[in-house]
Amino acid sequence: MSTRRCKVFGTLVLLGFVLSGTAHGAEDSYWLSDRQIYKLVYTSALEPPEINRIHEWLLHIETITGDVVENAEVTVDGGMPLHNHGLPTRPRVTEYLGNGNYRVEGVRFHMHGQWEILITIKAGDIADSVTIPLQL
Amino acid sequence: MTLAAIAAGIIWWLLPQAPPASWTEPEVEMLESLWIANLKPLPSDPTNAVADNLAAARFGQRLFFDRRLSANGAISCATCHQPERRFTDGLPKGQAIGASKRNTPSIVGVAYSPWLYWDGRRDSLWSQALSPLEDSNEHGSNRSHIVRLIAADPSYSEMYALLFGDLPESDSVDRAFANIGKSIAAYERLLMPGPAKFDRYVATVVAGDETSQQEVFSEDEIRGLRLFIGEANCTQCHNGPLLSNHEFHNTGVIAFPGEVPDKGRVAGIREVLAHPFSCTGTYSDDPGRDCAELKFARTGPELIGAMRTPSLRNLENTGPFMHKGQIETLAQVLQHYNKALPAMIGHNEVKPLGLSGRELRQLEAFLLTLAAPLATADQWLRPPLHDPAEIAVDQAGGNALAESIVTTESL
Repeated sequence: MSTRRCKVFGTLVLLGFVLSGTAHGAEDSYWLSDRQIYKLVYTSALEPPEINRIHEWLLHIETITGDVVENAEVTVDGGMPLHNHGLPTRPRVTEYLGNGNYRVEGVRFHMHGQWEILITIKAGDIADSVTIPLQL
Repeated sequence: MTLAAIAAGIIWWLLPQAPPASWTEPEVEMLESLWIANLKPLPSDPTNAVADNLAAARFGQRLFFDRRLSANGAISCATCHQPERRFTDGLPKGQAIGASKRNTPSIVGVAYSPWLYWDGRRDSLWSQALSPLEDSNEHGSNRSHIVRLIAADPSYSEMYALLFGDLPESDSVDRAFANIGKSIAAYERLLMPGPAKFDRYVATVVAGDETSQQEVFSEDEIRGLRLFIGEANCTQCHNGPLLSNHEFHNTGVIAFPGEVPDKGRVAGIREVLAHPFSCTGTYSDDPGRDCAELKFARTGPELIGAMRTPSLRNLENTGPFMHKGQIETLAQVLQHYNKALPAMIGHNEVKPLGLSGRELRQLEAFLLTLAAPLATADQWLRPPLHDPAEIAVDQAGGNALAESIVTTESL
């Protein structure tokens, strides 16, 4: 898996993007897509993560060269690889907020353990995906 | 050789086990996550404007115990949801006017669940409360009859008017019917589990008081708890202070004798998505129509044969167990998970535990420590006395939950 977390430095940076309307700061902490096309920062409305509560995530997406990714098709899925099951909900992007920011609603985890969130991004004809491991 | 093996087994059985080890930091975190002291306040129900209204709870309590709501005048909600059995009935499947399709689940603490029924075919307490009233095997009644009953009973019509306005001015029978469900839900929201011996044990663990730990729990109970949060994988589904993730799982429970396997959640989600009394329906009081649980609910074959995880805080006096009461005792439930045979339909999510007989008994010993009286005052656990003075007090307003909880010993 080529996805990796780069320079872990706090995802609260994204909140700054949303509030300021700029994309600066994505260099500080991001997840890289499998084919290294996109950079993604996520912020969970539940921090620290918690089981059994439905909540939102905010995503900020840029290209590897730092251009914000506008109006992409973004899908969210996931599950527990060791248990061979998916998420208990079907989260999806419900709003494009501008400046490469996307609102995801309907995220919930219902077990402790190792989860993976799979985010696919398709802008124009260029698709790639990001896998985010999460320990709850 | 055989005799030697038997003798060795007997000696092993008789030998005392080493004292249980101290809890590690991650284990303490897990125990705290199950502690009733960490149960969050009951979330509001935006779909029900009277969810936390004391007058509605009193009205709902009367409706809950009122047999006149049924077609034959003999059935009330409490026929199956009996307070003395943690609001269950001790039967494999509920028995009212006819035989219900499934086991009567406890409703203690169920207000925390986003889904109701074993298959989650309703998404609010109030919409669930309406279904048995019109089920031909349960109350066997209908909404017109029930709304006429409210209108004809001066006490009921007064209580209704206080909450929702005069009945004739209500816009429809359906609206009035929904309001009746919302009042019953306001009552059911008061039914909460109280602290158990398990919670007293966790308090001693959190306090780091090892002497008290050994006074509260036996060694078998401690070992059972360690299995519960570890090797037996119980907390995958039975997690949080209510020991339920309120989600749906296929655990390979065999079909009720003579019946085809129950489709469970895969059918329940289809029904609730189309139901007029759902969160997104006309009769919801949620003006913003948040309805996140419903809008983002998962569907699909993963949910074939899946049933909602029940709270283990309602184990005491609530057998037989499982969605059709297929398993009579707690010991047999543990044997079921220990074997984890393939499911008749769908996929059994459970892997065989492979625990020894001694370990299963320890696990059962721990589970019995979850027994506890309700945290709800006795006045709510019996048919209400009709006291006009109470209604007068209610007219001044009040928060139902604050009025309902008995004082429990400090954790």
